[in-house]
Formats: sequence, structure tokens, C-alpha cells
Amino acid sequence: MDTKKTSLYQLHQDSKAKFVEFAGYQMPIQYSEGIVEEHRFTRNHSGIFDVSHMGQLFIYGQEDLVDDLERIFPLDLKNLKLNHSKYSFLMSDNAGIYDDLIITKIKDGFLIILNAACKENDFKILKVLLNDKYKMVLDEERSLIAIQGPKSVQILKSVIEGVENLNFMSGNWFTLDDQNIYVTRSGYTGEDGFEVSLTNEFADGFTRRLIDKGAKLIGLGARDTLRLEAGLCLYGHELSKDKTPVEANLKWAISKDRISKGNFIGSDIITKQLNNGVSKIRVGIKPEGRIIAREKTKIYNETDLEIGEITSGTFGPSVNGPVAMGYVENEFSKKNTKIFLEVRGKKHPATICSLPFYKKSYVKGVI
Amino acid sequence: MSEVKYSKEHEWIKLEGDIATIGITKHATEMLGDIVFTELPEKGSNVDKDGTAGVVESTKAASDVYTPVSGEVVDLNQSIVDDPSKINQDPENSAWFFKLKIKDKSEMDTLMNKDEYDKFAKESSA
Repeated sequence: MDTKKTSLYQLHQDSKAKFVEFAGYQMPIQYSEGIVEEHRFTRNHSGIFDVSHMGQLFIYGQEDLVDDLERIFPLDLKNLKLNHSKYSFLMSDNAGIYDDLIITKIKDGFLIILNAACKENDFKILKVLLNDKYKMVLDEERSLIAIQGPKSVQILKSVIEGVENLNFMSGNWFTLDDQNIYVTRSGYTGEDGFEVSLTNEFADGFTRRLIDKGAKLIGLGARDTLRLEAGLCLYGHELSKDKTPVEANLKWAISKDRISKGNFIGSDIITKQLNNGVSKIRVGIKPEGRIIAREKTKIYNETDLEIGEITSGTFGPSVNGPVAMGYVENEFSKKNTKIFLEVRGKKHPATICSLPFYKKSYVKGVI
Repeated sequence: MSEVKYSKEHEWIKLEGDIATIGITKHATEMLGDIVFTELPEKGSNVDKDGTAGVVESTKAASDVYTPVSGEVVDLNQSIVDDPSKINQDPENSAWFFKLKIKDKSEMDTLMNKDEYDKFAKESSA
């Protein structure tokens, strides 16, 4: 199968990107300055991320659609205001996670942002669950550009006036050169920022304008170190069909009101796990010294009993040290619990720590 | 006169008397990206030609460092353990990894000279 290219492919090439195949797309892993510098630039200034490989699923409908989607997602969608977004999951009957996603209420329905590797499967699942009742468009005609970091608001507002008025996890339609573009204040780096959905033919020109204003292209490598420092899950690592949102320590994303009423896919298991606890749970892990514990590293307790596994681990440039997340048996999940990580045959000390490793700076609105 | 030779695993080796200084090449650092962790062999240990003698990790992945010749580890460069980014800055000079007291100088004969290595590096990354 040929790998797909996003509409920024030429710009990535012009910017000397190193490419990697990701979810069937040729994507930039890094540019000439390297992951650490790209990471720092995003934290201190403003980074542009091509996330056009992610799925933009538009589902059109009114009250019926809200009811039907509430049977799928553990969200209070009836009270989700126009242009507001929620983080959620598409789950199996036993609450295994097919995908994690952002769902936004738009005028004539919902916009759901899906992971690139999952989007085709999600589309099929949702089509069946919704009995083909609604118009669903997994839009390949639109690109998605994220701009993240403290200077992003200044840069983006100089191109699209009004975006500065958006609050975190809300969006709106804007007009740029007679084009309808949808902007949300969101992202996945732990920084203030935006995600901009616009038609493919305008993506290149729009991104070059952001670069002219001082933002820089950032690759998937830094996107991974940024999200890990921010304690955010990555599908295929922290999240999978074998993990539930409760095990993933994401119960904050499940509406309390919906739990008491149940009646969504996976609600039986979710309720049971919330009441009885889970055997394994996602935690933050801080290795001592500089040792990096990568995915699949085994975790041991102080009496040398295997208690879990790392799901993501790298060097965090802003933390200036190694950071990791993983799953451990519940009884060892308390903050400051001493654990050991087996790296290249040797056991290295580490501690369970709270997330995020790096403090967020989102712009919160007064509601 | 010291001579610098290169291995297919992208290490450089500089021999002065029977002491060999070993590090990784600029080409290797460019392939690895930002180096954020270094592990060196123990001082006083013996390492065998083509065996592992350390680890470097970038933000992306871990890679073994091999020794192109056999010998006893007589010195380590602690500064690249404390600040691994030095390897990206000056890989073929101040950011050497370890020094060996070598046993068999003829092991140097199988290694590449600068021109041969440059050609090899260019071909292997093509």
C-alpha cells in the first residue's frame, strides 16, 4: 500500500524534515534542529504541528443524534454547549478503548477528531452503532494544523482575528480569505494553543503565514516528548482495546451524571470498576538519575515482584530528565512508591509520581 | 604519529602508542539525533572487538556502542555521562567515550580510513 501524504508534504520537504511512516502517512519525525530544540521552542515560543493525518469526522443531525451518541460516549452531550469540546473514548462492550477522541458540538451536529491509526475502524464502528441514520463524513478534504506554545495566541490572532477570545476546549468558525475554517483552543502538548481545520488547498499557504510570523514546524518526535511531559496518553501505548478508561486513570473524562444513569456502551464494566477498583492502573513514573525506561520495560516492587510495565518512556527536555508512564498493580500505584525498572538486565530505582511532569498553562474561561 | 580509523558501526578510534581513544562519528550522531543518555563500560573491565561497550540513547531510541578493538578500559569520559548533549556538539574530539589499552594492534588493520568511512557512511545512509 502506498503511504499517504498530507497537504503540507512539500512544506515539510522544504523544511528539511526527516520522514517516518506513521499510520499509513509520510509524516515528519523531526526537522533540522532536532527533537530537543523543537520541544523547547514549543514550550517557550510557538510550534506548528501537522496533524492532518488525524480523522475529522463530521456527523450531522439534531436531537436524535445527541441521544444516539449518548448511548456510545460517556458524556453529557445534551448539556454540551455549541462549539464546546470534550475528551472521550469509543469503547467496546467491555469498556476496552477503540480510540480516544475530542468531540465538539457544532451547529448542525458534531465534529469528532480521531487518531490516524484508528479513524477508518472508528468510522465503521460508529456507522454500525448509529444504524446508518445520519450523514457521516470522514473528511479527507480538510487539513488539521495545531499551533502550540505561549506565543501561539499572538501569532494566530495576527492571521485570524478573534481566536484570542476562545477558551480552552471551545471553538468557532472563522473566515480567512473567504474560507471557512474551524478553530478550537486545544492541543496535546500541555501548552496553550489551537487546532485549525481548513481545506487542503489552503493549508500550505496558511502554515507558511504562521512561519512568517515566527512559529516553527515541529515533528512527531517532539510531539511525543511534549505530550509525555504533559502526562497525556497516546493511543497504542497507554490506551488500547485491552485497557478501560478507569484503568487508564481517565475517569475524570466520564460524566458523573452519565455513570449514575448508565446506558452507554461499556457502562456496566465502568460502573463495576469505579465501585470495586481496578487491578492495574496508569501512573506517572520518574526514574532516578538519567536512565531511560522505554515502552515494555518491566516494573518491579521492592521485593523483586513484577508489578507492571512501562507504556511510554523518554527523556523530557523541559524536565531535564527521564519521564515515563506505565501500568502497575493498584496497590503499588500510590505517589512516592518506590519501584524498580529493568533496563538492559539491570534494575534501576524509580518512583511513582503524580502527572503531569510539566505543568500546563491552558487559558481557562470564566463560566 | 596518531592514526584515526573508523568502524562499520560508526565508531572512530585514535591510536597513540598502545592507548586507543574511541568515540562515535559525526555521521552516527546525525543519524541518532539528540543524545540524552550515555552509558560507558566499567573502568578496568576488558572489552572484546565488536562487543558492546556502552549505550547511547536519543529521545527516540537506545543504541549500543561497540568497541572496534579489544582491550582494557583505562579511562572514561565522565563529561558525556553528565551532559550527553556534548556528543552532538563535538563527537569526534572532546566527546570521546573511553580509552583502551589495546592488546593487538593488528585489529586496527581491518578498520577503514577516513576516505573509506566517508564513502561507507554516504552509501549506508542513501
